[in-house]
Amino acid sequence: MSLKTQRFIGKAFGYLGLLLLIVFIGLPVFWLVIGAFKANKEILTANPQFLPASFQFDNFTKAWTGAKFSSYYINSIATTLMGATAEIVMAVTTAYALVFIRFPFRNAVFILLLIALMVPEQVVIVPNFLTIANMGLLITKGGTLETADFIKGWLAIFLPGASIAFGTFLLRQYFRTIPMDLTDASKVDGASHFQTMLNVVVPVATPAIATSGLLSFTAKWNEYLWPLIVTYSDQLRTLPIAISRLLDAEGNTEWGVVMAGALFVVVPVIVVFLLVQRFVVEGLAAGAVKG
Amino acid sequence: MTQSLTSRMSFSRLARRDWREWLTFLLFVGPNLALFFAFTYYPLLRNVLLSFQDYNTFTDTGEFIGLTNFKDVFTDSQTSVIMRNTLVFTVAVVVIILTLGLLVALLLNQKLRMRDAVRSLVFSPTVLAGSAVAVVWIYIFDPRNGLILQLLKPLAINPPRWLYDPAWAMIAIIIVYVWKNLGYAVVIFVAGLQAIPNDLYEAARVDGANAMQRFRNVTIPGLSPVTFFLAVTLVLNSFQAFDLIRIMTGGGPVNATNVLIYRLYELGFGTNTSVGRASVIGLVLFVIMLIVTILQLRLLERRVSYAN
Repeated sequence: MSLKTQRFIGKAFGYLGLLLLIVFIGLPVFWLVIGAFKANKEILTANPQFLPASFQFDNFTKAWTGAKFSSYYINSIATTLMGATAEIVMAVTTAYALVFIRFPFRNAVFILLLIALMVPEQVVIVPNFLTIANMGLLITKGGTLETADFIKGWLAIFLPGASIAFGTFLLRQYFRTIPMDLTDASKVDGASHFQTMLNVVVPVATPAIATSGLLSFTAKWNEYLWPLIVTYSDQLRTLPIAISRLLDAEGNTEWGVVMAGALFVVVPVIVVFLLVQRFVVEGLAAGAVKG
Repeated sequence: MTQSLTSRMSFSRLARRDWREWLTFLLFVGPNLALFFAFTYYPLLRNVLLSFQDYNTFTDTGEFIGLTNFKDVFTDSQTSVIMRNTLVFTVAVVVIILTLGLLVALLLNQKLRMRDAVRSLVFSPTVLAGSAVAVVWIYIFDPRNGLILQLLKPLAINPPRWLYDPAWAMIAIIIVYVWKNLGYAVVIFVAGLQAIPNDLYEAARVDGANAMQRFRNVTIPGLSPVTFFLAVTLVLNSFQAFDLIRIMTGGGPVNATNVLIYRLYELGFGTNTSVGRASVIGLVLFVIMLIVTILQLRLLERRVSYAN
């Protein structure tokens, strides 16, 4: 076999692999999107077709109004903004301190962080639930909630996950690659640590911060277990819980409506992901390869 | 320059500067650390206490009852089933994701058209909400209207009833979990592949190594630190299967997909709750994590010293 045919066969297998990959990953996404546009009778027929006979938006209006998606959106936006902002700010300040500020117990602090990295938050849900209950943040009453109840409810969702280990670790790895000359020059100019962090370190570390930010954002937006445990009132529920409640226990689920609900949850994340994805792949990889 | 600066400084000025540095450090690190103490370290300790207590949720008091909770958990016939499920699930997803992830990474490391787009596509499920993924796959597996049914119909194959069949439910959960998390491993492996210096491949080629030998002797050792990192994070992340399990099967049918994290939820927040027994499960999970981490650190140590 000549080298040329060998190359050709290699390429052919390569593209076959790509095709399999696109089908395996893409088909469920495709199924989700077209499902949202199908009428229920098209889904429940004995001889279903791949593409809908006509694209229609009934499922979206049904999910939005019937299932009160607007209130779920507000809760999700509030808790995600609180959580992601806290995580990004604390990841940057903690990582900056660990790399650029002299302190006798710096390594001990780093080891504390590594321990936290090893403890998935799901393991401590029971004691954390008791802590949140003792703080008076559980809203168990029925009826229409007031502003104070919403703030308490959001805090209950936000607090236990507000600290950040993985993002801090990622940023620390990245900050260590920043030349000391840069920060030293800033210090000689009389800048405080706060100014050096904002004006020198943050601009240089944009890919890593974008990565860590996207991870925080998606983790908060998609979080399911903890908000499920600490919310009783339907008015405090977040989006991921809302979609699972669209399923019908008797097996008569309106799939079109469920898919529309799933799209409501998924689309904002996809948009943010597309905006920052070129940073993310690089940033994530930096943590692993240099780590 | 820093040397001469510090030597010229008087002792008191130096001390004052140190103080300011330390204060800034505490200010920068404090909030993060305080939250970790309140919601990670303290609950770990409290979890140990709770596992020895008969805890009353209404009065918020616990009475020490020795090892009763442990006895209850470990003599419960469900526990061994759940432990086995957890082991099967974790080993299966870690091994499948590592193997498939490496294969896909090798593929996407070739010079093929569209490979960047495909890489983004493969990564995209990792950012989707677990609950959204769960409902989509329930629809895909649906024995009456599902996608799989529809795909296999022309081939005259009858698919299993997936989530309703105790023999297939765990396999279904594993498929979905792999689908969702494969992209993470791919991105890390691709980065690892690109970090291997080209000189090594050239040198191997000069020595007459064929493609298979180059893969065995250059690629595999070059990827081992990345593989280690991935194995650790994949084990730690495997708890995220909770969303899928809770929505797709509720741990069933007949406990076929019940794993430790789901059992912890059932005992802590389900219909028949026991804070004490839930804490025992929490403790078991933590100890498993600890053992896995220590084992992997040991392995890493040996590998590093071997390399030296």
